[in-house]
Amino acid sequence: MAVHSSPRGWRALVATTLIAATSLASGAAFAGPTLDKIKERGTIRVGVGTTPGFFAPDSNGKWQGFFIDYGRALAITVFGNPDKVQFTSSSPQQRLPALQSGEFDVLLSGVTVTISRALKLGFHFGPTIFYDGQAILARKETGVKTAAELDGATIGVQSGTTGELNIADFFRKSGHKFTPVTIEDTSEFIAALEAGRVDAITQDSSDLVGKLTQLKKPDDYILLPERLSKEPLAPAIAGGDDRWLELVNWTVNVTIQAEEWGITSKNVDEFLKSDDPAIKRFLGVDPSLAETIGLDPKWAYTIIKTVGNYGEIFDRHLKPLGWERGYNNLWTQGGLLYSPPFR
Amino acid sequence: MTALDLDPPRLPAAGTWTAFRLGLFGSWRNGVVTLATVAGLVWIVPPLLRWLVIDATWSGTAAQCRAHDGACWAFIAAKLRFILLAFYPAELQWRPVLACLLMLGLLAATAMPRFWRRELAIAWPGVIALCWVLMAGLPGLLEPVASNQWGGLPVTLIIWAACFASALPLAVLLALARRSDMGGLRLLSIGYIELMRGIPMVAVLYVAMLILPLALPAGQSMDKILRAMIMIALFWAAYLAEVVRGGLQAVPDGQREAAATLGLGYWRIMQLIVLPQALRVVIPGLVNQAIGFLLATSLLAVIGIFDLLNAAKASAADPAWLGFYDEAYLFVAAIYFIFGYGGSRYSLWLERRLSRERRN
Repeated sequence: MAVHSSPRGWRALVATTLIAATSLASGAAFAGPTLDKIKERGTIRVGVGTTPGFFAPDSNGKWQGFFIDYGRALAITVFGNPDKVQFTSSSPQQRLPALQSGEFDVLLSGVTVTISRALKLGFHFGPTIFYDGQAILARKETGVKTAAELDGATIGVQSGTTGELNIADFFRKSGHKFTPVTIEDTSEFIAALEAGRVDAITQDSSDLVGKLTQLKKPDDYILLPERLSKEPLAPAIAGGDDRWLELVNWTVNVTIQAEEWGITSKNVDEFLKSDDPAIKRFLGVDPSLAETIGLDPKWAYTIIKTVGNYGEIFDRHLKPLGWERGYNNLWTQGGLLYSPPFR
Repeated sequence: MTALDLDPPRLPAAGTWTAFRLGLFGSWRNGVVTLATVAGLVWIVPPLLRWLVIDATWSGTAAQCRAHDGACWAFIAAKLRFILLAFYPAELQWRPVLACLLMLGLLAATAMPRFWRRELAIAWPGVIALCWVLMAGLPGLLEPVASNQWGGLPVTLIIWAACFASALPLAVLLALARRSDMGGLRLLSIGYIELMRGIPMVAVLYVAMLILPLALPAGQSMDKILRAMIMIALFWAAYLAEVVRGGLQAVPDGQREAAATLGLGYWRIMQLIVLPQALRVVIPGLVNQAIGFLLATSLLAVIGIFDLLNAAKASAADPAWLGFYDEAYLFVAAIYFIFGYGGSRYSLWLERRLSRERRN
């Protein structure tokens, strides 16, 4: 933003004032620069990656995955239509600069929330939608059930990543010994494990679960329960548009709150008859809430009907790959997902 | 100094059994090399054949593939459309297919010396523009398709051909400037060429991706593929300029002087005398660069463009067909090989033909 808002004299000022005036005159709540551009363009531009289950094109060239469904949910919030969204793949090195330059409206590419990204680089983050973390995948023959029991093991680590440091820290704390084997290319991990060159490999759990399905005998391996690092993955947006940030926040919250109430894409129509005033407000049966926040009363209903609640999205894309809910469960189920109230 | 009076070498005629035997087992060294090669082939070929053909799964699902040890060609069958065309809408796929065919037709015509006429120079920008319109659509006539949905073979071919075609004229100008008598112009050209050749292509792509948008006037934006194409063309021009310079040096100075004596100006001399000869000499060199550039287009993946290789990689991330990377890479390797090998055979053929022409 700082780049484009360099002083261009009174003309820019007049233009901004005019835009502000017209949007106020039309009765709409004042939308920020990003949201304005989205509405003018008629589609949301979302930066994604390529990781199985999270975001990957299917055989018809249509994007599918956990994060992709959140992109579709955002399109429902803004346009009431899950197809008004454009997914573009972006590499980890260029996704943040691309977000900054305005090429994307939001990144749903598994960006980890960190303080330097927030305060040094000026990005804003929505709620964490996936709690990832560095994990260890071990051969069952080692006989261990937890990472704390690993001693003297040979472990494959990816060179030049924070994972290399994390595993060294972990073993220093536990007082056990391990031999690191540096692996350059992430696709070599499987070969190293199957050939017995290493007893275990360590990477973010999202990578390891994908790898588990590619192993010839997946039952011979165990994903150890410990997480060696915190990788909360959240939608990221550029600063300067509070309204857009809040729409992202509450789109995610809809899916979490729906699961908490047990509302799914299949039974959402039955919930329309619910007597609970909170659910009535949530699903737009009682439109008073939606009117005050300037959204279509049916937005939450349409999101649930179309992409489902958090659990449904998780089960659709990640469960087939062998994912357990773990931290990514509701706070009522011992997980970390918690939606603020809809009132 | 008198030449030594040597007997002509008494080698057996090529292709005979004796030549074959001498080549393979003529000396003990040859014998060792031959045996080692045969051992290597015996070690590699049977398992490879078993994986490629005998144990391979030709149709079915991912689960059926996983039940066998061999290659999963059913994966390629299921993903063929995605690898070749990526995200392009299926109902409009005749457009990228037609664009590919046009591009291949243009390449085939360019390869044949009897088409080397003025019309070809017009056909190139024409066909490239037509392909672009086919891909992008034309408001009111062809449904527009945003460039983030383009991918696969047409993207690889169009970027390659368009960048090469726009880099070549620029390269000729750069080469002429580098050989020019005007010191400032020469220095500028040298500086440009050396700067471009001194940085990796990935850096150039990042400039296209991250710095070029900042250089545009506020509020203006340019398509990502277009941005990448501009930077690649500028980058390739530096390499081609050096090839063209080699050709310019091959034209004897006397020809230029003779033309000047006849009263021709600089541009007429270049256009009529020097460049036709110089470019003819460097065609094999240009073809060689073109092959290298085709393979270099796979670097577009680093800025998120779904060229052929990137599309193949993404095709194996689909949970329904997870992890068939070997097959995906092998398939696109075959496509690249067809272009690369075809180009190198063509270059050899052309070289022979041109040297025959020169002798005549």
